[in-house]
Amino acid sequence: MARLVWLGKLADLAGAAETDLDGTLDWDGLLARLPAPLAAEVASDRVRVALNGVVLADKAQLRASAGDEVAFLPPVSGG
Amino acid sequence: MPSCRRSAAAELSIAVRLAETAFDPAAELAAFAEAHRAAGGIASFIGQVRAGDDVEALELIGYAPLTLPGIEALAASACARWTLAGLLIVHRVGMLAPGEPIVLVAAAARHRREAFAAADFTMDHLKSDAWLWKREKRAGVWRWVEPRSEDRADLARWG
Repeated sequence: MARLVWLGKLADLAGAAETDLDGTLDWDGLLARLPAPLAAEVASDRVRVALNGVVLADKAQLRASAGDEVAFLPPVSGG
Repeated sequence: MPSCRRSAAAELSIAVRLAETAFDPAAELAAFAEAHRAAGGIASFIGQVRAGDDVEALELIGYAPLTLPGIEALAASACARWTLAGLLIVHRVGMLAPGEPIVLVAAAARHRREAFAAADFTMDHLKSDAWLWKREKRAGVWRWVEPRSEDRADLARWG
């Protein structure tokens, strides 16, 4: 089971801060399993993806399986 | 803790902290000044939640694997760019009320221009680069704060 972590407004779209998904996930497979509005946002260039705490240069290369944590990072608004 | 170029005269210290509850910028600055009595100058910036606006509350959310390591890397890059005696960053996360401090940056250096520039650089990067998400409550409704184009422009000043 992989854990998906939703940051910022993505948590509102997902309806939770975290979601657990079974099986091995690649990028297209992941998008197919998300509700359409969330998948559209996650696929946009504005959202970056971290696998186990490392931000991916190309999120389409994501491969996640049991025990992995995948974080979805919308544009930041700190300070 | 990130490493940093040391000025010839003094030990350099970098302190970066995420505060989950309210902090006292004056007490932080007093301790920082005491630790850097040999520095010629200290420049500091305090960001706080606007009071008297219609913001009722503000929440800052980080992502533990990224947020603190990212701010530590920012501190290291400020120290690599200017010759500092010390750099302090305290950033709130969690729920904040109007008037509460959000962020404190203080830079100690032998000469004032390096302290000013390092604090300015650090703040611009905290606004646009730190892994923090902010939402505001107005009239009982929470809304996520979107990045501002001015913040991106401020960041571009540093090349």
